[in-house]
Amino acid sequence: MDVPLIFERSRAGRRGVVLPPPENGWVNPEAWLPPELVRTAPLGLPEVSEQDVVRHYTQLSTLNYGVDTGFYPLGSCTMKYNPKVNDWAAGLAGFADLHPLQPEETVQGVLTLLAELEGGLAEIAGMDAVTLQPAAGAHGELTGILMIKAYLAARGDPRTTVLVPDSAHGTNPATATMAGFQVREVPSNARGGVDVGALRHALGPDTAALMLTNPNTLGLFEEDILEIADLVHAAGGLLYYDGANANAILGRVRPGDMGFDVVHLNLHKTFSTPHGGGGPGSGPVGVKAPLAPFLPGPRLVKQNGGWGWNYRLPQSIGKVRSYYGNVGVLVRAYAYLRAQGAAGLREVADMAVLNANYLLARLGPQYQTAIARRPVKHEFVISAVPQKHRGARALDIAKRLIDYGYYPPTVYFPLVVEEAMMVEPTETESKETLDRFADAMLAIDREIDASPELLAEAPHGTVVSRMDEARAARQPRLVWETSPRPGEARGNQGGH
Amino acid sequence: MAYLPYTEEDRQTMLALLGIPSVDALFEDIPQAARLDRPLNLPPALAEMELQSHLAALAGKNRSTVDMPSFLGAGYYDRYVPAAVGALASRGEFATAYTPYQPELSQGTLAAIFEFQTMIAGLTGTAAAQASMYDGASAVGEAALLALAHTRRPRVVVARGVHPDSRAVAKTYVTARGGKLTVVDELADLEQALGEDVAAVIWQYPDMLGGVNGMIGAVERAHHAGALAVVAADPVALALLTPPGAVGADVVVGEGQPLGNRLGYGGPTLGFFAVTTPLIRKLPGRLVGETVDGQGRRGFVLTLQAREQHIRREKATSNICSNHSLNALQATIYLALLGPRGLQQVASRSAATAHYLAERLEAVGLVRVPAGVPFLYEFAVRVPGSVADLNRHLLQAGIIGGFELGRWEPAWDGLWQLAVSERRTRAECDRLVEEVRQWMSR
Repeated sequence: MDVPLIFERSRAGRRGVVLPPPENGWVNPEAWLPPELVRTAPLGLPEVSEQDVVRHYTQLSTLNYGVDTGFYPLGSCTMKYNPKVNDWAAGLAGFADLHPLQPEETVQGVLTLLAELEGGLAEIAGMDAVTLQPAAGAHGELTGILMIKAYLAARGDPRTTVLVPDSAHGTNPATATMAGFQVREVPSNARGGVDVGALRHALGPDTAALMLTNPNTLGLFEEDILEIADLVHAAGGLLYYDGANANAILGRVRPGDMGFDVVHLNLHKTFSTPHGGGGPGSGPVGVKAPLAPFLPGPRLVKQNGGWGWNYRLPQSIGKVRSYYGNVGVLVRAYAYLRAQGAAGLREVADMAVLNANYLLARLGPQYQTAIARRPVKHEFVISAVPQKHRGARALDIAKRLIDYGYYPPTVYFPLVVEEAMMVEPTETESKETLDRFADAMLAIDREIDASPELLAEAPHGTVVSRMDEARAARQPRLVWETSPRPGEARGNQGGH
Repeated sequence: MAYLPYTEEDRQTMLALLGIPSVDALFEDIPQAARLDRPLNLPPALAEMELQSHLAALAGKNRSTVDMPSFLGAGYYDRYVPAAVGALASRGEFATAYTPYQPELSQGTLAAIFEFQTMIAGLTGTAAAQASMYDGASAVGEAALLALAHTRRPRVVVARGVHPDSRAVAKTYVTARGGKLTVVDELADLEQALGEDVAAVIWQYPDMLGGVNGMIGAVERAHHAGALAVVAADPVALALLTPPGAVGADVVVGEGQPLGNRLGYGGPTLGFFAVTTPLIRKLPGRLVGETVDGQGRRGFVLTLQAREQHIRREKATSNICSNHSLNALQATIYLALLGPRGLQQVASRSAATAHYLAERLEAVGLVRVPAGVPFLYEFAVRVPGSVADLNRHLLQAGIIGGFELGRWEPAWDGLWQLAVSERRTRAECDRLVEEVRQWMSR
């Protein structure tokens, strides 16, 4: 069947919800608006009943796969279990039905929660001050890099270049550009870390910062981190910690103690808030004391015995979003923090790392990491080059995993590994799940020779098979149109 | 040790396979000098039962818009959210999925985003919308960046009537790229502020004082100067108002909270971002397109990804990766439930009560500012005396009063911004007016 759209259920005159009339009856907008401002164009919304809506979106949900559905070893995304009590808390009227401009005396409960969360994240990251405002990891990066820029400018030492490793997430170089910097790439060494010699060569009086993920996107800890920090600082630059992989180090080592000056944490990864099909996330940023004056406003302050917002921040980089942050996400992260405590968070890191190493070992000689063997942290990257030589690419293996009931790992990232498959099991998956997944991977490896068509045609049972992505880009159709284009007959409308 | 599925036997079996005595062996590559040699200093762990009590107590210390009628607006409105919105959007298949990079397992999210894009393009009168931004303010900031990149001009002109947070974010973003931002008070000043260096004019519709009258003129003047016209619009108001796209706006952005998203103390909500056809390949963030699979079945994929950070890295149109997909899903379900008639009624019911309130306030001596300008459900009045004091008086009477605009902008000193959602009744307005009258005659 075709994937259904709500517009195709529309029937003129059908209603979902009905509003009570105003107390003086309905008024035409002409009463309030000059004629040129009265809308004449149709709104283009469907006309459907409430049950139509419920059935349609319930049906769409069954075409999705979430952590609640099954194992989701998507590297770099930390798809751990999202506790339901956190959603319950975020939905309480005392959090969810507060207007951001309410008087501070009516929101002391939520402000207390935010202050406690700032403190907890600062402790975990080894930082002196935290802002909860950034809406996502990339938004945190932008906030952090802009603070570095402002700090250097205030020091009378403006600099032009941000260094990123070749294994970095794409957001790192994109952020540096957005913040007005030149980007310079630093190559990895044979052990998967930053090539310190190359870094030495790249550093100079123009270096504003080095952005680093540690453990990096290969799942490997930067063994030379202390030397790297010294080198960057000696050159007058700052060290930025991309917290995408912080799940691996909770309670074991802190970015601040490794020499990082600015850190962002992805609460939708490490702190278990659900990904929502792409967001909302939250990317709080922590800084060492010298950078605190540059944090975005407003800042939480204790005043007259309660919490309030301070907007008088003369050195601040300004605002990066409206109001205070993704509070609904922050409530969930706070609940997670309180459920874990210090020992629980360390256990999270320990088990995430044990799971990754165990799964990698279970995959055996069939699936090898591209980089010299050493313990990985929370994730690992295998290279499907041997499989490619036998006729199956990383993409084929990924699609075949769908047939076995799994969401596939991240493929073709990081860019430094050919035929990369990046696997992150997380700590919330049991040994049985890991064993079954490993068995599926090994079975697929056998299928490459025994029945290659199973891989080439995968996936099999899904609502659609592999999509024509080239066509989507060549002739973009970005909105629903009532009539098909000439020569494009619509198939079965499906489901209704 | 919450949410961990291990038995001691599991752990021992796993360690045995790895040939190591304990997990510590897996952390030996962390330099000794950097390791944390003490437990993190955090409050003790709570069992779920204790956690529920603790969180309910914190929530109970807040007084919400459920407890008291609120007249606050400024982009975030206390609107009615049908129960089906939360029931559907909180389904785990939607809420716990990642970005739909594997289309075969993500058609639910992808189809819903495609519907969202269609609805937003329809509401705004544009050709296409992307999958969502963080909020209205960051959407304004990104629109300014789009204009800088598209026109290769360095300056952005923004109206004072644009939400101060949006203006502030635009300033942060534009100055980071080496550009400049100029603020103009009203349409009459725009001509003078424009020049060959101007990339965009940014206007809000309705503006912060509720006025709807400047938008069309701003679009015309922007185009006359060769700049892009960017309009930040309230999506519910567009149910009644001429859509900016219909009068030539190039980019229409806005705060999507009013569409089925709870206030949430300011987030997460969503921003929307829509453009005319020539700007589609300049859009920031994710975009869903229709295509077919190998058997000709219609389905949806993330498309035109060559704009994005994971492909283009430092040459991407924006660094945005995570967006506000679940909030956009809520907006989509809301718009489907309301339909064209329902959305018009939300706006219309709000406007009817707002005009009633404005008349009653004028009758007790408050003057609307600017006088005589058409508005819908948000407006500003001048208060004789301290707005903060008036709001304190109202709070004691169990009413969340309007916003003290002077806190944000010296030009708005003494102004009180009032928003009236469809949830407000005449009786609540009468109570507000009576308290205002008492306060004035104190």
